[in-house]
Amino acid sequence: MRLIFLILVTLMIATAVGLGATWMTATRGVNVGTITIGAWTARPKTGTSDIDPYSRASVARSGELPVGTGDGVTFSAAKDDSGKLLNGQCDVAVKGVTPAARFWTLTIYDNKGQLVANSLQRYGFTSQEIVRGSDGSFEVRITSRARAGNWLPTGGLDRYMLVLRLYDTPVGVATRTQKDAPMPAITTVSCP
Amino acid sequence: MIRWLFAIIGGVLLGGVVHLVSVLVLPRVATLDAYSRLAPLTKLNAVTPLPAAGPGSAPMPYMDPAFASAVCRYDLSKGPLKLKVPVSQAYTSVSFYTRNDTAYYAINDRSAGRRVIELDLMTSDQHADLPEEEDVTAADRLIIDSPTATGLIVLKALAAEPGLMRQAEASLAAATCGIQPAQAAAR
Repeated sequence: MRLIFLILVTLMIATAVGLGATWMTATRGVNVGTITIGAWTARPKTGTSDIDPYSRASVARSGELPVGTGDGVTFSAAKDDSGKLLNGQCDVAVKGVTPAARFWTLTIYDNKGQLVANSLQRYGFTSQEIVRGSDGSFEVRITSRARAGNWLPTGGLDRYMLVLRLYDTPVGVATRTQKDAPMPAITTVSCP
Repeated sequence: MIRWLFAIIGGVLLGGVVHLVSVLVLPRVATLDAYSRLAPLTKLNAVTPLPAAGPGSAPMPYMDPAFASAVCRYDLSKGPLKLKVPVSQAYTSVSFYTRNDTAYYAINDRSAGRRVIELDLMTSDQHADLPEEEDVTAADRLIIDSPTATGLIVLKALAAEPGLMRQAEASLAAATCGIQPAQAAAR
């Protein structure tokens, strides 16, 4: 009787630990082949047949289709350069230059990967429509209230994430540092 | 006491096994993966335009709103597939996904190097069955092997500004995909 009880406890622990770990890794991802540049991370291998099992599980769970390697690379950021979670109430600046690519797009998503509703129907910028300074760099302001220049509305969301997609780019599995791929800086300028 | 210790250690070890197995099984049993989401929206072996991505209306999460997209959901069991995508003004790409949403091939307008991206998609068995002389001309005929018999082809055209979305959609509307007639395959 006692043995059966012990076996039951063992199996319960196994289920909780196993499925818990799977849920954690499928939602948060595992750093296999991750490129981290500043606040941005990318997993170029998710766009190939060499995708690791953890990324495969996370793709299946979220229901997205990863950008193929012959198409482009996806960088995402949920925190600013100092490690603070991006907050829709705050005034956040994305400033700098992007790696070499024929086109890029910068998009704002909520935590579930849905676009953020706003009256302007402005969900992001493409490399062609952004307003740049004379040195070719740009600055995007991400706030809940309207701004002059490149403004991305947050709709007052608590948490959001930024996704920078580079299309037709040499950036990929071999990229390691800021030198190969200069990513724009993300800073929280002020919070109410 | 020692028995309880054994139970806990055994549970954690067994939990590791459960974790590995469930990670590997999850893509096969997921019911809300991209293929399952798109299956009711799309026609088989034909190009279906996807509705523009908007808040709450996007068929999949993490879609790029700057792109017009269309999907050809394929089943190669009846024969190889022929795909033709005219290139749009800004940027056009074609990505291939297996039934389990793995991107196994992607090509863009520049690497295709023509005004129309033209591809033949087949299973490796069908590729092996091609007559010898067909392979000689394979250089100007792009043949792609699909690892699975079913899957998705996603066509994307960039609208560099919101005003160009109509144009991007129109260029994708001219794209075709379909099973090759048996005659053409045998020729």
